[in-house]
Amino acid sequence: MSNVIVQPSSTRPRKYNVIGTRPVRHDGVDKVTGKAIYAADLSLPNMAQGAYLRSPHAHARIISIDTSQAEAMPGVLAVATSADLPDPWDKTEELGEGCINYAHLSGNVLARKKALYRGHAVAAVAATDIHTAQQAARQIKVEYEVLPAVTWVLDAMEEDAPLLHDNLFTQTLGEKPTKPSNIGQHIHFEQGDIEQGFAEADVVIEREYRTETVHQGYIEPHASVALWNEDGRLKIWTATQGSFTVRQQLAELLKIPVSKITVVPCEIGGGFGGKIAVYEPPVAAVLSRKCGRPVKLAMRRDEVFEGTGPTPGSFMRVKMGATKEGRLTAAKAWLAYDAGAFPGGMIGPGSMCVFSCYDIPNATVDGYDVVLNKPKTQAYRAPGATQAALATETVIDEIAVELGIDPVDFRLQNAAKEGTRRVDGPTYPRIGLVETLQALKESEHWNSPLEGPNRGRGVACGFWFNAGLKSSAAANVNDDGTVTLVEGSPDIGGTRTSLAMQLAETLGIAAEEVHPQVVDTDSVGYTDVTGGSRVTFSTGLAAHKAALDIQDQMIKRAAELWECQPDDIQVDAGTYGYNDHKQTFKELAVELSSTGEAIVGRAAVNPQGSTNAFSANIVDVEVDPETGKVKILRFTTAQDAGKAIHPSYVEGQMQGGSVQGIGWALNEEYFYDDRGAMKNASFLDYRMPTSYDVPMIETIIVEVPNPDHPFGVRGVGEVSIVPPPAAITNAIHQATGLRMHHLPISPPRLHQAIAERNGQ
Amino acid sequence: MSSPQHTNTPAQKHSSTRTLQHTTALQRGNEERFVTEKIHVSTTINGEAVEFLCDARQSLLELLRDGLSLTGCKEGCNNGNCGACTVMMNHLPVNSCCVLAVEAEDAEIETVEGIAAQGQLHPVQQCFLQGAALQCGICTPGFIVTVKALLEQNPHPTEQEIRFALAGNLCRCTGYDKIIRSVQAAAEILQEAKS
Ligand code: FES
Ligand code: FES
Repeated sequence: MSNVIVQPSSTRPRKYNVIGTRPVRHDGVDKVTGKAIYAADLSLPNMAQGAYLRSPHAHARIISIDTSQAEAMPGVLAVATSADLPDPWDKTEELGEGCINYAHLSGNVLARKKALYRGHAVAAVAATDIHTAQQAARQIKVEYEVLPAVTWVLDAMEEDAPLLHDNLFTQTLGEKPTKPSNIGQHIHFEQGDIEQGFAEADVVIEREYRTETVHQGYIEPHASVALWNEDGRLKIWTATQGSFTVRQQLAELLKIPVSKITVVPCEIGGGFGGKIAVYEPPVAAVLSRKCGRPVKLAMRRDEVFEGTGPTPGSFMRVKMGATKEGRLTAAKAWLAYDAGAFPGGMIGPGSMCVFSCYDIPNATVDGYDVVLNKPKTQAYRAPGATQAALATETVIDEIAVELGIDPVDFRLQNAAKEGTRRVDGPTYPRIGLVETLQALKESEHWNSPLEGPNRGRGVACGFWFNAGLKSSAAANVNDDGTVTLVEGSPDIGGTRTSLAMQLAETLGIAAEEVHPQVVDTDSVGYTDVTGGSRVTFSTGLAAHKAALDIQDQMIKRAAELWECQPDDIQVDAGTYGYNDHKQTFKELAVELSSTGEAIVGRAAVNPQGSTNAFSANIVDVEVDPETGKVKILRFTTAQDAGKAIHPSYVEGQMQGGSVQGIGWALNEEYFYDDRGAMKNASFLDYRMPTSYDVPMIETIIVEVPNPDHPFGVRGVGEVSIVPPPAAITNAIHQATGLRMHHLPISPPRLHQAIAERNGQ
Repeated sequence: MSSPQHTNTPAQKHSSTRTLQHTTALQRGNEERFVTEKIHVSTTINGEAVEFLCDARQSLLELLRDGLSLTGCKEGCNNGNCGACTVMMNHLPVNSCCVLAVEAEDAEIETVEGIAAQGQLHPVQQCFLQGAALQCGICTPGFIVTVKALLEQNPHPTEQEIRFALAGNLCRCTGYDKIIRSVQAAAEILQEAKS
């Protein structure tokens, strides 16, 4: 009983031939044999190798940069600094999982005037080999004026905090500030009457939380190869979640038209939101232009930790009230999230998510986006939601315990459903939180006892929006009756197959008869990032529509062949029929290929429909009171997938997100010294879960079809990371009686809490 | 929990003290000290005799990837913490980023490129595909090599033994569940093939 699919009785499941099966993924053989080409694997003729010089200081004015010694070294081909990038526009654009301001992006790619965090890229070198490039980078002389640094969000909000940007004025609906500060934005949402709501409550709980900075932790470091040719055309092979958004960012940063740029998405070794904003592509491009050769620029692991990602550390205060019957009456949140060195972090979605699982009539949310001397934060799987869920879901747990109500029942009683208004405004369409909690409640895990000392069980749930956005696809019918699907969504987790399956289902052929290809930006229509859990939903819709386009053409051509009207032709599960004529898609395609022009389907979509996702966890833990180490004994994750196209890869998303959530809960954090230097920039010291740290992750796929998708798909990629830290925190409470309010709940932190409680 | 009996432990992937000292020096940024005179090495890679010239400071990983275009082994960390660069050296899995290229002299090296034989996937590869044990795939070559080594040494590993043997290979995408199950499936197939 470990991986199950639940189709709630409230929904009527359709029968499919391909969807819901588990074919081998199309790119699988390349990936198990080492043939798949990732960006760092690429080697072009006469290619140079690049290396960065990064700031050793968390906050420093750059007085001067002297590159002469580096340039004089044998083998050095070019050196780049921010002076080689055009003056940036002050312009903000939505890139699918958050906004990017180009002035900030340019300043992040190569520091201008100030280094704002340790590891901030200051210069880069291209040389004939990597060792020469690295040595030369160290020969660049930078004169710094070191400034005081700030790395804790509440400190950064103080009046007298070191100021990162003297032109940053808080964006707020209230009074416009007259003085710059580190607060980039103040968000405020409210509904109902908060005073009245708390007055109606019998139980009110208010708690404060702190979470540390964590990294997305993809195993592949950022890497690009750039070739900026003498004809002005720039070609980039890169590890990215969005080739078209890389093209857009390059055009803005380098001030050249998008039509001059081709971005080739290589296989990508994980992203989780951290490979959307560009780092090395514009730098490699500038180096290539300067030396007239292709340039590879790949990061080392410590550069990935110190110079990319991470996702926000936070301070949160959440207060909630409920009647003794267990009805939530009011909720209030005050959230401050790290933005990192530049404004525009994850506070927007964090503020929108904090109460999104519940129907709460009276609520206010205040959110603050705070710059400080850490790398610019980036999206990490349901960005901003995990922190917020920790606060809300542990307060909910405390209220349930206080009221003596079962924690799943308490959540069910207050769960958001179709028609519930979210605190930030929108009203929910058909969603599946109730069904997900119900599935959890009926699971074997929930109904089996947990016994033994120092053990506890916790539950929590989580929400993520999921995105629609733009996708394009083309599909060519081959003369053997197979179909080549051409699309532009970099495949991080098996989406070639989930798209091919939707095309196959629509045409009535087998998944194996579709050959999906992820192509470059010259070869397919605009497609937004692989992010926001959108690919199987949105690019899947494009694949479906391209298949319908093919089907229309097949009908017309069959009508010509069979001398009838297109309307006379019946299509059923891939069989085309009229009178005595009856042919499968394949038979007809083979025949048509010799009787006329090729059949090419195409589609471009920009769906607005909602695809909201919900997830809920049960976790059993055992705490070692001697060491403070928490062992995960059993873990179940339930999630509404709408419809699981390829259940194995849906389970994979659920399991992967759960284990990232376990790492966030128990171990992962950036350690800073008092000068703002990260002290654990390696996989040894930044402790991500290994196979030895976790049990099997049991999954329950709940299928409440999304009415806005032909097969009912909701995005599945992100929401699984949201509940685990809260569920684990609740389980630790049951095991120890301690309410922990600081992530990660690492052994020293829990050990100290146990010792303090025991009066030691 | 008692310690598993087989020898394929993550700790043993660090091949020698000499290697460790070398990487420490590299990390201190002292590679200028190393002599850049080319060294001739004769070795066997995937069953074929191979000769190459390398710098003393080059790791086996760098040599395989940049020198011999065997890019199946990946660089995730370059300091022995992720296992993405795992290859077999004299029948033991090693992190090739922590082995010097010169140490390949007279050794037998097997990389992920050598695991499928004559157009036939190895059962471990087959089971990874069928079990959906990869998402982004960057960790996969390292896992395939480590798992093959594990099953050669311990054909009937328990779940805990598998988890222990693979603890030096990081995967950020899968949560390990499907990897472990695929290893169990491969162990069964290999066993059936034997009997
Ligand atoms: S690259 Fe060798 S262990 Fe990570
Ligand atoms: S599949 Fe991506 S790191 Fe393992």
